[in-house]
Amino acid sequence: MRTLTDGAVTALAILATLVVVTPLVAIFVYLLYMGASSLNLAFFTQIPKPVGESGGGMANAILGSGILLGVASALGVPIGIGGGIFLAEFGRGTKLANAVRFTADVLNGVPSIVMGLAIYSLIVVRQGHFSALSGGVALGIMMIPTVCRTTEEMLLMVPHAVREAALGLGVPNWRSVLSITVKTASPGIITGCMLAFARVAGETAPLLFTALGNQFWSTSLNQPIAALPLQIYVYAISPYDDWHRLAWAGALVLIALIVLAVSLVRFVTSRGVLKGAS
Amino acid sequence: MGVGIEVTNLNAWYGTNHTLQDINLNIPANHATALIGPSGCGKSTFVRCLNRMHETNPVARVTGTVRIGDLDIYNDAKPVQIRRRVGMVFQRPNPFPTMSIYDNVAAGLKLNGYSNKRALDEIVERSLRDSALWDEVKDDLKKKSGASLSGGQQQRLCIARALAVDPEVLLMDEPASALDPVSTSKIEDLIFELKSQYTIVIVTHNMQQAARVAEKTGFFLNGRMVEFDSTHKIFTNPSDKRTEDYITGRFG
Repeated sequence: MRTLTDGAVTALAILATLVVVTPLVAIFVYLLYMGASSLNLAFFTQIPKPVGESGGGMANAILGSGILLGVASALGVPIGIGGGIFLAEFGRGTKLANAVRFTADVLNGVPSIVMGLAIYSLIVVRQGHFSALSGGVALGIMMIPTVCRTTEEMLLMVPHAVREAALGLGVPNWRSVLSITVKTASPGIITGCMLAFARVAGETAPLLFTALGNQFWSTSLNQPIAALPLQIYVYAISPYDDWHRLAWAGALVLIALIVLAVSLVRFVTSRGVLKGAS
Repeated sequence: MGVGIEVTNLNAWYGTNHTLQDINLNIPANHATALIGPSGCGKSTFVRCLNRMHETNPVARVTGTVRIGDLDIYNDAKPVQIRRRVGMVFQRPNPFPTMSIYDNVAAGLKLNGYSNKRALDEIVERSLRDSALWDEVKDDLKKKSGASLSGGQQQRLCIARALAVDPEVLLMDEPASALDPVSTSKIEDLIFELKSQYTIVIVTHNMQQAARVAEKTGFFLNGRMVEFDSTHKIFTNPSDKRTEDYITGRFG
C-alpha cells in the first residue's frame, strides 16, 4: 500500500511537470518551425522594406529593443534593488516600508497598457513627441516592483547568523548590509533582475504610446524608436504573407535574444564563484 | 594581550522578560572563564552584553556597567569599537558563505577599510596558525569557500576570523556544541593555547569542558549568577546548594 501511494504521488508529480513543460516546448518548437525559414543575414542587417517589396529585416528593431531595455534596466534595476534593500534591512517594520511594499505590489498589478498611458501623459505629451526615452522609462518602471520584491525576499533569506558574524567583527551596519548581506543574496537578486528584464523585453502595450515604433534607423533617445515586439505586432496584423513570416522570425529572435541575454548575465556573474560556495 | 572585565549591577531584558538580574563579577585577564547553567538561564545573554550584541535585538535593553580594561563599554564607546576589541565565536559556525577562506579571515579588517595587502597576508596566516587550521587550508586559501570546510574546520575558521582583528577578549557561546568529539577536543586545545594571549569567556553546556579549559567558573540560574569561583572549587566543593545540585546532575 505504501509503495502504491509512493508510486502514485511520484506519477502525479511527473505528470504535473510535463503539463508545465509542454506549453513552453510546444511554443518554442512552433516558433522554430514558423520562424526559422525566414531567418537570414538580411533579417539582422536590413531595415523593413516598403509594402510590396519583399525581403528586408528587423535590424533597427533589434537595436531599438536593446536601447529601450538598456534605458529600462538603468532605471529599474538600481531603484528596485535600492528599494528592496530598504524594505529588508533599514526600514523593516516601519510604516514607510509597509507603504512602499504595498505600492510595489499594486504597481506590479497595474496593466501594462495603463503604464503606457501614464507615461504618455507624463512624458510624451510634455515633450510633444514620442521618444525612445519615454518607452524605456515605461519599461523601467514596470521592472521596479519585481526587482524590489525579489531583492527583499532574497535578503530576508540570508541567515541571521551571517549578519551576526559581521556585526560581531565590529563592522558598521551599513557596511555589513552592502558587503555581506547583499553579496550573499546576490545570486537570487540577479535572478530577480533577469526575470524582470525578460518580462518587459516582450512588452508591447506600454510602447504603443511611448516608443511608438519606427521603420527607419534611429538611435536617438529623443526620437521614436523601433522595438521587436512592436514590429512583430505591426507585421502580424498586416494582410501580407511575407510580413507574417517576418513576424514569426521576429518572435523567434526576440525569445532567442532574451535567452542569450539571461545566459550571458548568468555566465558573467557565475565566474569567480568559489568551490563549495552556497 | 587580554584585559580583565568588570561587571557591575548588570540587568538585561528581552521585551518584558527580565533575563539577567543584578550580575556582578570580575573576569580575570588572560584566563579562560566558563559560564555554566541550564538552558535559558541567561548565560548567552550575559556574554552578548559583553560586546553589546544583546542590543542588536530591537526589543532588548541593558542597564548597569561593564568595564573592559579601562573602557566603560556602555558609556564611553560605540558598539562597533567595542566589537573590534571583543571578538565573538557563535554556537553554530557562521563563515561568510560567498567568501573564500582567505577573505573570511580578512573580512573584519577589509570591511573596516584596511587594505595593506602584504600585512593582510601575514595576519591571515598568523590567525589561521593560531586557530590550528593553517596546515589544512593553506593550499586552498583563495580557491575554496569558507562554507566548503567541515563543521569543525568552519568553527576554527570563525575563531581565526575573530582573532584577525586582534581583540583583547574572546567570547565563545557554546563553540563546540554543534561539533563532533574530535573537533570539540581541537577547539578545547585551542582555548588552552589562546588564553595566554586573550581573555576568554566560554559559555558551555558541557561541564567536563568547563572543568578542562577554565580556571574560573560561574554558575547561572534563572537570570542570576549563583556562584563564581575557581573551577576546582565549583566542581569539588561548591558553597551554594543549587550549584551542587546542578553539577551532580540533580536538575538541569
